[in-house]
Amino acid sequence: MSLLKIEIFKIFKRPRTYIAFSVIALIIILIQIALKFGGEEYVGLMLSGMGDSFEQIPSKDILNGYLVCFVILNLLLIHIPILVALVAGDAVAGEANMGTLRLLASKPVSRVKLLVVKFMASAFYTLILLIWVAVLALFLSIALFGVNWLGVPRELQFNIMESDDVLWRYSLAFCFAAIGLICVAALAFMLSVFSENSIGPIVVTVCVIIVFTILTQMQIPFYDETIKPYLFTTHMLGWKGFFYVRGVEGVTEKGSIENLSSIIKSAGILIGYTAVFLGIAFWYFKRKNILS
Amino acid sequence: MRRAFFIIAACLLGSQLPAQIPEDLISKVQAKLEKVNDYTAKGKLKTNVVFIKAPVASVKVYYKKPDKMKIVNEKGISFIPKGSVNINLAKFLSAAGKYEIVDAGKEATTGLRILKLLPTDENSDIVLSTLYIDEKAELILKAKNTTRDNGTYELEMSYGNYALFGLPDKVIFSFNTKDYKLPKGVTFDYDDGVGKKQEDNLKNKKGKVEITYSEYLINKGVDDAIFK
Repeated sequence: MSLLKIEIFKIFKRPRTYIAFSVIALIIILIQIALKFGGEEYVGLMLSGMGDSFEQIPSKDILNGYLVCFVILNLLLIHIPILVALVAGDAVAGEANMGTLRLLASKPVSRVKLLVVKFMASAFYTLILLIWVAVLALFLSIALFGVNWLGVPRELQFNIMESDDVLWRYSLAFCFAAIGLICVAALAFMLSVFSENSIGPIVVTVCVIIVFTILTQMQIPFYDETIKPYLFTTHMLGWKGFFYVRGVEGVTEKGSIENLSSIIKSAGILIGYTAVFLGIAFWYFKRKNILS
Repeated sequence: MRRAFFIIAACLLGSQLPAQIPEDLISKVQAKLEKVNDYTAKGKLKTNVVFIKAPVASVKVYYKKPDKMKIVNEKGISFIPKGSVNINLAKFLSAAGKYEIVDAGKEATTGLRILKLLPTDENSDIVLSTLYIDEKAELILKAKNTTRDNGTYELEMSYGNYALFGLPDKVIFSFNTKDYKLPKGVTFDYDDGVGKKQEDNLKNKKGKVEITYSEYLINKGVDDAIFK
């Protein structure tokens, strides 16, 4: 426990740790300001396809704290992994770079325990970062925009749910996002074990996320069937599944999730990836010849 | 025996009675609607459109003679279909002499009288209106309207407490919907395996909006500002 405290202290002592918190706060506040002044226009533009069938888009009702939070998460959850990589990629490689890894390994603590503590500290940082996102994206948006029913735009559908049917979805969505981000942290952590300086694992993790995200979003049938189902970035979008509802004759079934088993499967795949990344990290670190 | 004979004879003669003259029937229907100068009604709006899943919304409907109508969302989010302002046929019917009436007989299954109204005004938004009228109750139960700009839509009405005013308890408004699609790059959809299966079902369907009225406030005055 004391080892964990030390590792967490190390993370939060570094000024760069707070860059992530500042960047997230800045982005969220910028989005909120933009939506405060041009949100109705944004919603109108987003749902302009419905204009042919309906008198007018109820942009005023659709724009509320819940939707603003959804928009922020939609934009941000692709970029937060990059901020997670900044810390997790530095966890072991940073020590090696500073020449303190050898000193650490010489302490009467097993290498496995050392690695477990380091990863737990990275995961703790990831969770705190996510809580920070939740506070700003959800609660600040609610304070600024109020609440109403949540309308979730999808490629071919528009799902609406009542206000009292939303918060539990966000709770589960944030839990799912935590699983996804910890998976990214595990990837950066694994690369960190292989490296002697922290730039390498951070850059490689960022590159992997960018390439995988592009592949996830590309609508090319060849990739849809072959590569996409196996990319962890595909499954990281699973948090949205909590906002996809079932309907009977067009009426939303309260408390329903369109396909829960798919979300559970995605969570399982992310946990599987995390286990594989950590397994490789532990296997290599136990055999690693620490010279620095 | 004699009584039975008279009943049967009365029924037979009744069925042979000439149907009402279309103009008279329209006038009677219109007379009911004319009793209403304005109304405010609370309602529950159910949207059944293939690309929307939405809870039942609470709305308030405002009407003022001759043609002002507004559906306002009270709670939640609701989409009002194009042409729905015509769910009150009072204005159209009151334009006496501005349409030709064609008697199309009776509907075989329901016995409702079918009258086709063809506006003589070339600029009228409604090009053809087919009304299905309950002659006895003097109420329009169904209407099919073909419009210049908003395609064809259908109205189905059921009546209860406010039938004397020709105001329905429930209106089902059927209309044609256009395809709805957002770029995937904007939505970053999660593929949960269900959306793709539904893709084919989402094209070229008819939409329905159902309003169930809970209470009417008739002729109590409605502020013009509401319709702005």
